[in-house]
Amino acid sequence: MLAEKYNQEIDQILAKYPPEEKRAAVLPLLYLAQREYGFVSIEAIDEIAKLLELDPTQVGGLVGFYTLLHEHPGGTYKIQICTDLPCALRGAEEFAGQLCENLGIQFGETTEDGTIMVEEVKCLAGCDRAPMFQVQEPDGIHYYEDQNIESAMGVIQELRKRGKRG
Amino acid sequence: MAEYILLRNRDIPAIDKLDVYLEHGGFAAFKQVVTEKQPQEVIEIVKVSGLRGRGGAGFPAGVKWSFLTPNVFPRYVVANADESEPGTFKDREILERNPFQFLEGVAICSFAAQANTAYVYCRGEFWDLAQTLEQKIAELYERGFLGENIFGSNYKLDIFVHLGAGAYICGEETALLESLEGKLGQPRLRPPFPAAEGLFAKPTVVNNVETLTNLPPIITRGADWFASIGTERSTGPKIFCLSGRIVRPGNYELPLGTTFRELIFEHGGGIPDGKSIKGIMPAGASSAILPGTDEVLDTPMDYESVAKIGSQLGSASLIILDETINLGWLAYKTTSFFKHESCGKCTPCREGTYWMYHILSRVKEGQGSPEDVELLREVAQGMEGKCLCALGEFAIMPVLTSIERFQLDYEALTGKNGS
Repeated sequence: MLAEKYNQEIDQILAKYPPEEKRAAVLPLLYLAQREYGFVSIEAIDEIAKLLELDPTQVGGLVGFYTLLHEHPGGTYKIQICTDLPCALRGAEEFAGQLCENLGIQFGETTEDGTIMVEEVKCLAGCDRAPMFQVQEPDGIHYYEDQNIESAMGVIQELRKRGKRG
Repeated sequence: MAEYILLRNRDIPAIDKLDVYLEHGGFAAFKQVVTEKQPQEVIEIVKVSGLRGRGGAGFPAGVKWSFLTPNVFPRYVVANADESEPGTFKDREILERNPFQFLEGVAICSFAAQANTAYVYCRGEFWDLAQTLEQKIAELYERGFLGENIFGSNYKLDIFVHLGAGAYICGEETALLESLEGKLGQPRLRPPFPAAEGLFAKPTVVNNVETLTNLPPIITRGADWFASIGTERSTGPKIFCLSGRIVRPGNYELPLGTTFRELIFEHGGGIPDGKSIKGIMPAGASSAILPGTDEVLDTPMDYESVAKIGSQLGSASLIILDETINLGWLAYKTTSFFKHESCGKCTPCREGTYWMYHILSRVKEGQGSPEDVELLREVAQGMEGKCLCALGEFAIMPVLTSIERFQLDYEALTGKNGS
C-alpha cells in the first residue's frame, strides 16, 4: 500500500496544494504509484482515489489521457524516440526504424527479456539535437540527444545490465 | 547581440549556481520591488517596457496582469514550462542553464500580482530538469529569498514545481490550469479568463518561462532600456529556436525585428549540402508556412511584420525546409501530431484532425487523388474558427497554407497533370 510505505512523501506532496484542493495532488501520486509498481494498476487507482476522496474514474481517466502514465507494465525501460517533424528532418524516422530492426521488435513492442520497449513519441523539445530519445523508467525520465545507432545500442546495453524491474 | 540578456549562461557558464548568480546582480531586482515598490508600480513598469508574452500569443504581459480581479485573494502565479510545440526548445535552455533568473522572474511576477503561491508547471518529460529546479528552489528558501518575511518585509512567497504527464494541450493556459487541478488537460470555455477565475477558481496569472525571465533585467535596467531593444511594438530580446534543415540548429537570442535572412544564413549557417531554402515555419508545427523567397527572408521577425506576410511569429520556433521536402508529407507529419494531441473535448478539432490525418496518410503515400486534396481543404475550412481553443486552428494552418502556397507538391503526390 502506497499510504503506508510512502506516508511522509505523500504528506509532502499534499502540502504543495491548498487542503481543500487536494485533487491537484493526483498526478504526483500517480507518478508515485508508477515508481512503486512500474505501471498504474487498478488497485493503485482505487487507493489514490481513496486518499484524495475522488471517484476512481476521475483518477483512472487521467491514465488514458496522459502519455507518460501506463496502464500496463510494458518493458522496464521505455525508449521513446521523437519522430515529429523537426526530428524527422534530421533523420529520426530512419534512426527509429533501424533501432527497432536491431532489437527485432516493432514500435510498441517489448524485447523478449522484458527490459526494452521502443515507442515513437511526439515532440520532446530536443529538436536541435535529433535524433534523440528519452528513456522512461519507473524512477524517472532521462534524455539522450545527438544519437546514432551505435550510441543508442550502447545506452540499451547499459540498461539491460541493470535488468528487468517490477 | 553584444551581451546575452536571457541566455546569460552563454556569457557566464556557472550562472546556474546561486552564488554566481548573486555575484552577477541576481535577486537585486526582486529585492528592489519588494522593498521599494508597490505591486501596481511593477505592473506599470512592465506595461511601459512593452514586454509581450513569449509563449506564442504575444499578448502584453503587464496588460494581462492588470486584468486580475481587484480585491479577490488568494491569487496565483503559474509559470508555463510545458514547452511542447514541435520546434521549440528555448525554455528548456533557460530552465537548465539560467534557472535563477527565471525563478527571480516568477518571484517578481508574484509580487506584482500579490500572489503568495506560484507553481511552475513543467511538462512531465522535463523530469530531470524539475528535480534540479526543486533543489534550486530549496536553496532560495535557505537564503531567505522565498518563504516568510522576504527581505524583512511582510511579503511571503512559496514556489512549487508541478509535473505534467505528457500532453501538448497543457501548454494552453486553461488546459494547464485544469491539469494542475488534477483533471484532464482540456481547455476551458472563456470568459472567465484566468485573471478572473484561474487556478482553483482564483485570479491567476499564467506566463511563459521566457516571458518571466525577462522581468529581472526590466526591473534593474528600466522599461525604457528594454523598449529600446527590438521594434516599436515588439520590444526586447527574443530566443529564436532554429531546427530542421539548417547547418547550425539551436537557440539564438536576438532582438525582435531581426530578419529571417540574418538568423538563417548568418547565425544558422544556411542550408546544409548546398541545397536551397524552400520554406520556413516560423512558429513551429503551428505555422502558416512561408515560402523561402527574398521578400520573406528580408522580413523582420517581429509580431507585426510576420503577420503582414501571412504567418505568425508565435513562439519564434523556426523549422527550416529545404528544396527536397514535399509539403504534402510535411502536412501529414504536423497533422499526425495534432491528431495525437487533440484533447477530444470539441468536435471540430477531434474529428477534423482525425479525417485530415486519414486523407493525408493516403496522399503522402501517393495513393490520393486531386479530389482528396479538395476534401482535405474542405475539412480544414470546416474547422476554421469553430474550435474551442487554438490547437484546432494551429492544426489547419500548415494544411491550408501547404495547399495554397505549395500546390505543385500535392500535384506531384496525386499525379495531377500527369506527373
